[in-house]
Amino acid sequence: MLSHEEKIEIEEELKGAPFKRAASIDALKVVQRHRGWVDDQGLKDVAVMLEMTPSELDSVATFYNLIFRRPVGSHVILVCNTITCWMMGCDSLLKRLTERLGVPLGATSADGGFTLLPVPCLGACDQSPVMMVDGKLYGGLTPEKVDEVLKEHGWKG
Amino acid sequence: MEGLNEKPLTALMRPDKAALSLAEYERAGGYQALRKALKLAPVEIQRVVKESNLRGRGGAGFNTGMKWSFVPMDSDGTKYLIANADEMEPGTFKDRMLLEGNPHQLIEGMIISAFAIVATEAYIFLRWEYALASERMSKALSEARAKGYLGRDIFSSGFSLDIKLHVSAGRYICGEETALLNALEGRRAVPRAKPPFPQVSGLWGRPTVVNNVETLSNVPHIIANGDEWYRGLSRSKDGGTKIYGVSGKVKRPGLWELPMGTTIGEILEEHAGGMREGLKLRCLIPGGASTEFLTEEHYSVKMDFDSVMEAGSRMGTGTMIAVDDKTCPVGVLRNLEQFFAQESCGWCTPCREGLPWVEKTLSAIEEGRAKPGDLEVLEMHGTSLWIGRTYCALAPGAMEPLRSGLKLFRSDFERHIKEKGCPYKAH
Amino acid sequence: MAKILIENREYEVEDGQNLLQACLSHGFNIPYFCWHPAMHSAGACRQCAVKVFKDENDTRGRIVMSCVMPVAKGMRVSIDDPEAKAFRENVIEWLMSNHPHDCPVCDEGGECHLQDMTQMTGHVYRRFRFKKRTYKNQYLGPLVNHEMNRCIQCYRCVRFYRGYAGGRDLDAFASRNRVYFGRSEDGVLESPFSGNLVEVCPTGVFTDKTLKSHFARKWDLQTAPSVCVHCGVGCNIIPGERYGELRRVSNRYNGEVNGYFLCDRGRFGYEFVNSPQRVKEALLKTADGVQEVSKEEALRLASHMIGMGGKVMAVGSPRATVETNFALRTLAGAENFYSGFSRHEARLASLIVEVMEKGPARSPSLKEVRSADAVLVLGEDVTNTAPILALALRQAAKNGPLKTAMKLGIPFWDDMAIKTATQGKKGPFYAAAPYATDDDDAAVKTFHGPPVEIARFAAAIARELNPSLPIVDGHSEETASLAREVAQALLEAERPLVVSGTGSGSEAVIQAAANVAWALCARGKKAGLTMVMPECDSLGAALIDSKGLDEAFAAAAEGEFDTLVIAENDIFRRMETEDAENFLASFSHVIVIDHVINDTVKAAHITLPGASFAESTGTLINFEGRAQKFFQVFVSAGAQQASWRWLKDMMDSTGLKLQKWESLDDVTSDAAAVIPAFEKITRAAPKHGFRIAGQKIPRQTHRRSGRTAVEADKTVYESKPTEDEDTPFSFSMEGFQGQPPSPLIARFWAPGWNSVQSVTKYQEYAGGPLRGGDPGLRLIEPKVAGAPFFKAVPISFKARKYGWLLVPMPRLFGSEELSVFSPPLASLQAKPFIGIAEEDAERLEVEEGDEIAVRANGKSFGLPAIFVPGLTRGVAAVPLLPGMAMLTLPAWGVLTRAKRRAA
Ligand SMILES: Cc1cc2nc3c(=O)[nH]c(=O)nc-3n(C[C@H](O)[C@H](O)[C@H](O)COP(=O)(O)O)c2cc1C
Ligand code: SF4
Ligand code: FES
Repeated sequence: MLSHEEKIEIEEELKGAPFKRAASIDALKVVQRHRGWVDDQGLKDVAVMLEMTPSELDSVATFYNLIFRRPVGSHVILVCNTITCWMMGCDSLLKRLTERLGVPLGATSADGGFTLLPVPCLGACDQSPVMMVDGKLYGGLTPEKVDEVLKEHGWKG
Repeated sequence: MEGLNEKPLTALMRPDKAALSLAEYERAGGYQALRKALKLAPVEIQRVVKESNLRGRGGAGFNTGMKWSFVPMDSDGTKYLIANADEMEPGTFKDRMLLEGNPHQLIEGMIISAFAIVATEAYIFLRWEYALASERMSKALSEARAKGYLGRDIFSSGFSLDIKLHVSAGRYICGEETALLNALEGRRAVPRAKPPFPQVSGLWGRPTVVNNVETLSNVPHIIANGDEWYRGLSRSKDGGTKIYGVSGKVKRPGLWELPMGTTIGEILEEHAGGMREGLKLRCLIPGGASTEFLTEEHYSVKMDFDSVMEAGSRMGTGTMIAVDDKTCPVGVLRNLEQFFAQESCGWCTPCREGLPWVEKTLSAIEEGRAKPGDLEVLEMHGTSLWIGRTYCALAPGAMEPLRSGLKLFRSDFERHIKEKGCPYKAH
Repeated sequence: MAKILIENREYEVEDGQNLLQACLSHGFNIPYFCWHPAMHSAGACRQCAVKVFKDENDTRGRIVMSCVMPVAKGMRVSIDDPEAKAFRENVIEWLMSNHPHDCPVCDEGGECHLQDMTQMTGHVYRRFRFKKRTYKNQYLGPLVNHEMNRCIQCYRCVRFYRGYAGGRDLDAFASRNRVYFGRSEDGVLESPFSGNLVEVCPTGVFTDKTLKSHFARKWDLQTAPSVCVHCGVGCNIIPGERYGELRRVSNRYNGEVNGYFLCDRGRFGYEFVNSPQRVKEALLKTADGVQEVSKEEALRLASHMIGMGGKVMAVGSPRATVETNFALRTLAGAENFYSGFSRHEARLASLIVEVMEKGPARSPSLKEVRSADAVLVLGEDVTNTAPILALALRQAAKNGPLKTAMKLGIPFWDDMAIKTATQGKKGPFYAAAPYATDDDDAAVKTFHGPPVEIARFAAAIARELNPSLPIVDGHSEETASLAREVAQALLEAERPLVVSGTGSGSEAVIQAAANVAWALCARGKKAGLTMVMPECDSLGAALIDSKGLDEAFAAAAEGEFDTLVIAENDIFRRMETEDAENFLASFSHVIVIDHVINDTVKAAHITLPGASFAESTGTLINFEGRAQKFFQVFVSAGAQQASWRWLKDMMDSTGLKLQKWESLDDVTSDAAAVIPAFEKITRAAPKHGFRIAGQKIPRQTHRRSGRTAVEADKTVYESKPTEDEDTPFSFSMEGFQGQPPSPLIARFWAPGWNSVQSVTKYQEYAGGPLRGGDPGLRLIEPKVAGAPFFKAVPISFKARKYGWLLVPMPRLFGSEELSVFSPPLASLQAKPFIGIAEEDAERLEVEEGDEIAVRANGKSFGLPAIFVPGLTRGVAAVPLLPGMAMLTLPAWGVLTRAKRRAA
């Protein structure tokens, strides 16, 4: 069941859409905003609102990198691993992050606090290496600064 | 304002990098071009922009006015203008600055451009990760709506337009203009068949123009000052200024608005300050990941569409990636191809199946697991994932660095194979 | 026509065609995957690359995908160009990089398009040395198997399932080289056309699960051209047999009928042939029960019953061949022969014959249906009564929007561009039915109402078209304006089509539909009129005789008859039980010839095992009026033989009416001579004496294995193949191996083309008719002038206080007599139910699922209620499902709430 807020927000997205399915990505993002990810039931409920079948909506959902169809932690860390950041040392950031969180890239820390994901070029190459936590960009990172960012987001290690 | 005559796109931007508010923008002359434009005939605007020789800043460099002229002007029903703010080309970060720094410049450019093709609906297609830009853009749109610069009957001209902000769910292919349209329609962002081109059959099957953020941001200035002025800004045939950027191990990575046709050497040495201490330039990728490598030899090449093409690469987005001599070129290629393989939409065979093969082969070479024939496999892909053979330009773009890299770094490849590993790893 | 140069030789090609189709049409081999002659070009697989040169002076040329390249006058094309060849080899190499090496155990083996194309490009050595990707498979129901690792991502499955057939529960998921085709979760595929995935998929991702359950190598299957017996469309099929068992049914291309596709009832209904319920030996009912008797004994007894001197009545069947029905008629005499329709069916059938014979509207072939540009469906739930017609109508619905796309210069074959330009818009396709049907989503507008209201709606449309027709009053403004809209749309079309039939059980609907089509004709339109009839030979039976079983019953009640012979008809499905029992009881002897044990067989004194379509040869007439011949596929181990042959044998041994029937052709010829409507019927296919270069046509492939070993458990000698006196086919692998005339194509195969794609090699041009014309012969052509309009307009429907109008609700699985014996289809049948409008739940004080007591035609029974969208209040829908009492519908009945289920 979609929550009242989710429904209202999806309806809002639908208002601006010339056809219902045009709002599919926005509607999925509404659910993701509330739940962190898009679970199967959420997907089905959204599909009903959009007059789509679950297959049709999932076909769209699974195409995009940033619609999560699997659970993520309370905080999502997106580490840029594309060319400039790679040259500027994103591997050392990733090493630090996987050590601190105790999980490999692509996984969620045991306490469910952080999910660590790679992301293609964040368009901030002048500040490389960069990462994004819960939508906030951090540039000019070093392994030491990574610790600070983690702490800022409630990491207790 | 003085700077406006040399750096029309950026001179107004605040040193603290906050967004220019509507009031600030107007105080500096903003939205005057729009007032002027709405008194002109749409085809007249098309003509001026065409004469100005503004070429698309999304990478392909197509003459913008010309592109607009393919839109049927007699057609009734909705037409669309779309600002492509997907900016996911690796090494590219110029549109971010324009979106965050001066959102009204883009909005004004979009209204004028929409008017030029008589489009009554417009979208900004923004990548998800540009959260700050999204916030600032939304605010700017509200300001513009509140003032009546967007909405019904703008400046009593009879022309109406609204601009909607669409935040993408993330995929490089969404930047390809036809895939972008599918994404906007709430579909899988797979590119579309061309022809018909979007100008004829685009969003929801209606005539549509997709332009890059930087392209559209230039439009108010062209209308305000005329095509001759605009051409005069440039040091080459292409009109205007260009936002150039450099990233990598240079002293001052960043962005600079400079006359179109500024040389590579000047950008790299004077503006970016050259390589960091102790490093030398091995090569550079001139305009985003999908362009061929250039080297120091090309310092005198002018960064404009034709000159870089003559030098054997493409200007692309005009944002360079400088690769130093301690960085393994095979590693660079592997990283790039991993990006492209990951971002393939999966529609056409060569790209979907070929890029992962390239990536795996490069990884094998880099990690000392090379086998005889690997270089031939890479070369085969360089030829076979080429323009016209794939459905869209993603895979050929991916091959540009590979093709040139195979030539340029042949000996590096051979060392990797002979030494069963990366010779640069030791450093 | 334009001239182009292929390998420097000049060829004529159709203007605007794509290059791939043009080259294939001229016999060139170009490998391809995503292109499909019915779904056209997608440009996704990039396999069909060729080189084109601008003009004489162009020496470099450029690589293009031929499937998305329009031909242009003077174009120079090279398929053999080394660069193009190398690229095509690369494409296969990519596709094979992740493809499993499971060919020896793959269900697609022997007819794999991927294998063919791999061979064609010359790719042999594997260079890709990394780990292959793997996927999880899904459970997609009892019909289609899923093996995703074999996928080459050509996107054909979704383009067919969604784009062509309108299904919405199969899609593409994920991206890059993880693209996945399936459902959002495990579950039975919902589309009635799901089985076509098996043929559309160029490799072994989607395969036939029924074949899998009794697998045989494709080249070991014995095949013959056949016709589907599961509805009135008459799709052409290729059944395949091995070891006396039918293993599968695949599509037999007929451009005028089914084209490339079959419905799931037709593809998977064949399992009734293998059913344990089959009658395999003659059965004799005695006081001690039923016992098997020899063929001779059965014949002796039967002939005795017939020859005793008493009068004989014969009841035929709308699912029996022309020859069987005619033989029955011959046996009993025209006056004592009944086609086996129920009273109600007989009335509808004779009305349809009248409409087809006397009216000016042509009954179009399905090919013509696919090209119609405005469609009005009246009262027919097409997906459930004539599924492949529904598929054809879906294509017709796209023709309107297609016109707009073509105005933008988009060629008709550019599927992706058309989808962009048309955005799923619907053309003028209007559907009227008593409830919301599976066809509704293809329609721009729908009309729901009880049959009389559909008739009145149609009458209003007819009146719009022809002011001399009666005014229909009492319509709401909404209905009146819809009628105007429909009339306008039909008038604006170039090829308008009206579809109706027996589905709603209403003569008024049929009459009104005819009026609309005729009114269009009178306005100078070439209007089509399709009248759906439910069974494989409904029209054929109606053309011989259309007295109903009620008349047979009445005649029998006179008491003059001694013996009743019934062929291939379960009269308990057409008469109420008590009537059927009384009817049978009025004869001293009842002889039944049929395939499966049903209630009629159970009541027979003697049952003779009838050969199914797969074990016999005969002629069927589909609802278009097309006579089509199907040919025996295999010789069964039991005593089965064609019903007409049993009848001939009986007549022979009585000595009464000695027939000079040597073979089936003699029966067909006699029927043609006696029944005027069948005058041309013998030309439907070549006769048994037809030979090519003096040779018969083999039913077995030249690659068939185990020929000397198949009977090794019984005898070490290789037995002589059974002679076939009825057809030009042999039960062996000897004979003419080339391409026979189109009605005699037993399988599609061409050198290098082992898959179904080889059909292209049999066509006049790729995607066009089979060489020499598609099989079948139209028997009925419309009258040139005059329109004998029906004048009556029914009075409008009034919901009754206590009564309910029960309307029929045919179901794809369950409503047809034979396919219900196919276990996989039986597992998909709905359980008996009664459909009511949700708004009526309150009146009945029920919730969905609660049992309702139904009283109608003097019977009463309980059925769970299901809400059926679109039903008018006061109307209930009754499906025809096994286990449900026979009702003549529409009829009035009473519904009341039965005991409520425990909460
Ligand atoms: C794979 C791919 C990604 C692209 N990404 C972008 C992008 O992020 N932003 C952009 O402006 N153009 C991008 N383009 C180019 C667009 O297709 C299009 O040419 C451009 O938006 C047109 O704008 P312009 O004429 O103003 O340059 C991309 C092209 C391809 C093939
Ligand atoms: S080249 Fe092909 S698979 Fe790659 S992104 Fe373009 S269309 Fe998709
Ligand atoms: S058949 Fe031409 S691209 Fe697939």
